[in-house]
Amino acid sequence: MTATRERPEVSGPEHTQVAPVLRVSDLSVSYAPPRKGTHLGTGAALTAASLEVRPGEIVGIVGETGSGKTTLARATVGLVRPAAGRIELDGQDMGSLKGRALREFRRSGQVQLVFQDPLRSLDPDLTVAELVREPLDIAGTLSRAERDVRVAESLRLVGLEPESMLGRRPRQLSGGQRQRVSLARAISTHPKLLFCDEPVSALDVSNRNLVLSLLDRLRSELGLAVVIIAHDLSSLAGIADRVAVFYRSRVVEQGPIQDVLQRPAHPYTGLLTASAPSVAHVDRLRPEQLRPQPDARAWPSHGVCVFAPRCRFAHDACADQPAPVTLPGDREAACHVAGEWRTHLTTTKES
Amino acid sequence: MPDSVPGPVLSPVLEVTDLRVSVGDHLVAVHDVSFSIGRGESVGLVGESGSGKTLTCRSVLGLLPATGEVDHGRIVLGGTELTGATRRTWNEVRGTRLGAVFQDSASYLNPSLTVGHQLAEQLRVKRGLSRADAHRRAVELFTEVGLHDPEGVFHRYPHELSGGMQQRVLIAISVSCEPELLIADEATTALDVVIQAEILDLLGRLRETHGLALLLVTHDLAVVAETCERILVMYAGEIVESGTTEEVLARPRHPYTQALMGVATIGTWERRALEVIPGQPPSVGEDMPGCRFAPRCRFATSACTSGPVPLADLGGGRAARCARLDALEGALA
Repeated sequence: MTATRERPEVSGPEHTQVAPVLRVSDLSVSYAPPRKGTHLGTGAALTAASLEVRPGEIVGIVGETGSGKTTLARATVGLVRPAAGRIELDGQDMGSLKGRALREFRRSGQVQLVFQDPLRSLDPDLTVAELVREPLDIAGTLSRAERDVRVAESLRLVGLEPESMLGRRPRQLSGGQRQRVSLARAISTHPKLLFCDEPVSALDVSNRNLVLSLLDRLRSELGLAVVIIAHDLSSLAGIADRVAVFYRSRVVEQGPIQDVLQRPAHPYTGLLTASAPSVAHVDRLRPEQLRPQPDARAWPSHGVCVFAPRCRFAHDACADQPAPVTLPGDREAACHVAGEWRTHLTTTKES
Repeated sequence: MPDSVPGPVLSPVLEVTDLRVSVGDHLVAVHDVSFSIGRGESVGLVGESGSGKTLTCRSVLGLLPATGEVDHGRIVLGGTELTGATRRTWNEVRGTRLGAVFQDSASYLNPSLTVGHQLAEQLRVKRGLSRADAHRRAVELFTEVGLHDPEGVFHRYPHELSGGMQQRVLIAISVSCEPELLIADEATTALDVVIQAEILDLLGRLRETHGLALLLVTHDLAVVAETCERILVMYAGEIVESGTTEEVLARPRHPYTQALMGVATIGTWERRALEVIPGQPPSVGEDMPGCRFAPRCRFATSACTSGPVPLADLGGGRAARCARLDALEGALA
């Protein structure tokens, strides 16, 4: 596959029968194991994570710092080697790629990353033209003239006028414009999959919505599969189709975003939605209803359910890490009281 | 005092009058900003990046960047004049009567000292506590800000703590000397929502237990909506609207406030077209005769750009800077 491949027909996110672009199954990644007394090594960064992303679909990944979100992106582009599990891109097992094949895959730009801070991820000495052109030069499949056309086309796709932009450098752009240049650079190779790691958390609210709307448009115009990594639900609101909630290296819940966030099955997802600030006074759970009570039992840090120490509903069964169970409506959650904790909630409130 | 924002009547903790701040080559970045904060009150200062909100609170802290300068105006903290204050006065005020927490907590902690040492040092220098008393008080404060195993945290270095824990340590340090006013500049922006809600709860609790006033600076209206009693909305270096949180959110009187509400988090998750505020804010120091929001405002007429628009007192603690206040009444809600 090269940068010149034909675009697939645009497929709506509803078409769940379409084969996924990315299929991650039981993926585990471990950095150096923890060493006693040194605070070195983080141990498991990702444990048995499974995720699918289809063309034209936006999947959000939420979770706190260190929950494995970025590790998933790094493993997918081949920056870290998984300890176990499979990553398939368009049906091809990434684990089987080695040496030259892996290098060629990376150069082809089929999977692209967009980072949080464009000021740090864009070379300050390069002009916009050079920045957007660089991935095409690396892929090396287009002629000079074709590359120029592609650069202009990519900039137009992200809503920037090539004429006024080409000669500028990152410093001469506003925050929102810079992030759009990062996007233009990422889509110039016509990738199949775009990983955006906190694409809007360095932007203020207005620019945030601008960049998110742009991602929404690109996935439908280019049939692009998009993964948005966020620590904040507002970066996904309104555009994502599905969401995967990460906690301490595990996927604790996933499913269609509206169902998951409106009726969370996992208590951590419940805590996330209850904690999200809002300008509308909506009737919702309060975070204090979901935090553990002061007299809650102490849980060991290993072996038990990863969320038990912060869970209001932790009980004896939680001494074992629950496996993800399938729930109605294309959802899954890894919790012993998945979806049932709300009933405990009312009793706690009354007592 | 031409453009004062009506505030509480009882002896304010902080009074800022006609503050003008310029940066670089005399580019005015904050235009005659006036506001006051009452004892124990929580006020949110909201605006996009470049609106001058950070420069305003940095002026109050006496921490303007080298290129920034207060051109005129007064800053009074509970009777102490801070405008043109000597280094000695600043040293007496900062850290004791005036606390501050910023976004990048890690860069405000010394990486080579344990966090307990840094808090105890503050208590020994500013409050004159003995080594043992400082240690005891530090552990108490760590407990109060919700750090688990406070005795263990005392001996940890900043890099061993998560972002949320570092922010709690900084909050413990900044409230250790019982300040009258705590300034939190985007203090929760880098944290995930669960920790953000916990930190905002903590700030609210500290307000009650320590009786401190809070100035919360943020770009996200949703953050102040549940934390602050009053809101100041800044745009391009000017205060464009102020009032109680409830009033401002229920009935915004300035089109910019309304636009900000449109782009803020609304707490619903269905698919929708996201609103954006068209255009870019004017660059710092740009000379604009009339309303600075006019080029991006969908209600703008020629009257908006013909001359200066004053901040009109609307009674009941509300004020708005809009040339079409009467015409737009009811159209913005």
